[in-house]
Amino acid sequence: MEINSFVIFIAAIFTSNILLTNFLGMCSYLSISKDMEASAGLGMAVFFVLTFTSGLNYLAYHYILVPLNLVYLQYIIFIIVIAAFVQLLELVIERFSPVLYYSLGIFLPLITVNCAIFGISLFMIIRNYTFIQSIAFGAGSGLGWLLAILALAGIRGKVREKMLPKGMNNAAISLIITGIMALAFIGFSGVVIIQ
Amino acid sequence: MMLIIINNVLTFVGLSGVLSTIIVIADYFLANYGDCKIDINGKREITVKGGSSLLTSLAEKDIFVSSACGGRGTCGLCKVKGIDGCGPLLPTEKPYMSPKELEEGIRLSCQVKVKRDLKIEIPESIFSIRKYKSVVTAIEDYTYDIKRIEFKLIEPNEITFKAGQYVQLESKRYGKVRQPVMRAYSVSSNPSHTDYIELIIRKVPEGIMTTFTHDHLKEKDEISFTGPFGDFYIRDTGTDMFFVAGGSGMAPFKGMLEELNEKKSKRRIVFFFGARTTKDLFLLEGMKRFEEEMHDFKFIPILSHPEPNDGWDGLTGYIPPYFEEHLRDPKNTEGYLCGNPGLLNASEKRMRELGIEDVYYDSFG
Repeated sequence: MEINSFVIFIAAIFTSNILLTNFLGMCSYLSISKDMEASAGLGMAVFFVLTFTSGLNYLAYHYILVPLNLVYLQYIIFIIVIAAFVQLLELVIERFSPVLYYSLGIFLPLITVNCAIFGISLFMIIRNYTFIQSIAFGAGSGLGWLLAILALAGIRGKVREKMLPKGMNNAAISLIITGIMALAFIGFSGVVIIQ
Repeated sequence: MMLIIINNVLTFVGLSGVLSTIIVIADYFLANYGDCKIDINGKREITVKGGSSLLTSLAEKDIFVSSACGGRGTCGLCKVKGIDGCGPLLPTEKPYMSPKELEEGIRLSCQVKVKRDLKIEIPESIFSIRKYKSVVTAIEDYTYDIKRIEFKLIEPNEITFKAGQYVQLESKRYGKVRQPVMRAYSVSSNPSHTDYIELIIRKVPEGIMTTFTHDHLKEKDEISFTGPFGDFYIRDTGTDMFFVAGGSGMAPFKGMLEELNEKKSKRRIVFFFGARTTKDLFLLEGMKRFEEEMHDFKFIPILSHPEPNDGWDGLTGYIPPYFEEHLRDPKNTEGYLCGNPGLLNASEKRMRELGIEDVYYDSFG
């Protein structure tokens, strides 16, 4: 692939937003987006983890799985790498930066099982990205996820005071809002497409 | 073929092994907080191994802060006052705190991690919470679905509690139920009897615990419980009191009335008791005796669905509409409620409308 890493970075934020075009990472997105502060914390955590795990998984894939001819083990290996990295990150943050831990660390266990994290690792392999491209893709997707959840939290903050039919509360209205946001993000797709 | 399988397994195991080793090493160096001292109420000090939650650290030292969810941060019961060293309030705690509690520095002990020396305050009554071993000495039917069960204490052989507090009964394995469960029940016996407790339990269809107590529990069975818990007890103020109960919600009031009667209390008490039909009424003679013996006590049973052949000539319908005619001075009246959430909410709402400010109940949610 000969796309500029920076283009991939920008595209991952806007045109191919992991949440709004692939609808990955929905569960924590829907449940946490009630609160702006928590959304920001979770979004930052997703950003960190995505950036690092895309790099780590790239290394694991190209330097362990490919030479050993074990490419079909990628699913299970990626999950293990993500889980181990998140555990380690949590330990480190908790020890060295209590402040950061309280704003970000408590969300880390939540995203170990986030499908967006896993999805990004699979996409970068399918699309044959280089190491730099993979990291740009991971970081961009993380920022895109952060952007989407902040936008939803903001909108939900406004919606809350208005009267909604009973069945429309919480997840239902969030999904509708997300759908409209996804439509709006289509507007970016004229800029650049990577998938 | 064999080689491929071995290659697979080795790679997989090797990679997981390396990663787990890194985590174990990191855990050893990073999450090792050494011994931490917890100063409680400035009176006692316990030393625990750092790294786990305050709730579990205290429980290890036999100090049981009440918790219904087991430390998952969903019940909001395990509140303690953090004086020093508890760190900032977490987003996971905030929803359970009232503005007053936020100001006082109240924390959920299941969310606070012990990482250094702490200073906390907890109610002294918590120290009397223990695990008791007991033996069933009597089982009696009050109605077709409500039983009175008496537990004589074995170890420790005495309990101190306030009338209205509850204990958590622990079931044993039976039939298909493999895991013991814990459920909260109000103590219905008089606190001046310290060698036994009595519970009033209504059978819940398909309920794990009540199926156990109603169908499997026999006299002479050994059973454990933890307690006493709860802030539902009579405030020593001398005001009028409205008791409101439905079904087995009778339990705490039976204990309270026995104690008040014994102490020759002069307080005016009106007890509204709700049931479906006459088949669901019980302890009527006991209540009659209280009416005769006590200074100013009135028992008012109210049936929601009396049957035509019951021959019921008492009050019918919902309970809250009957409050007003018995109310003398709302500022000088306390409400005590025990029953299902529907009854609790409706009663509390009506009492507030009538101007009763002090309304007490335990929600087992």
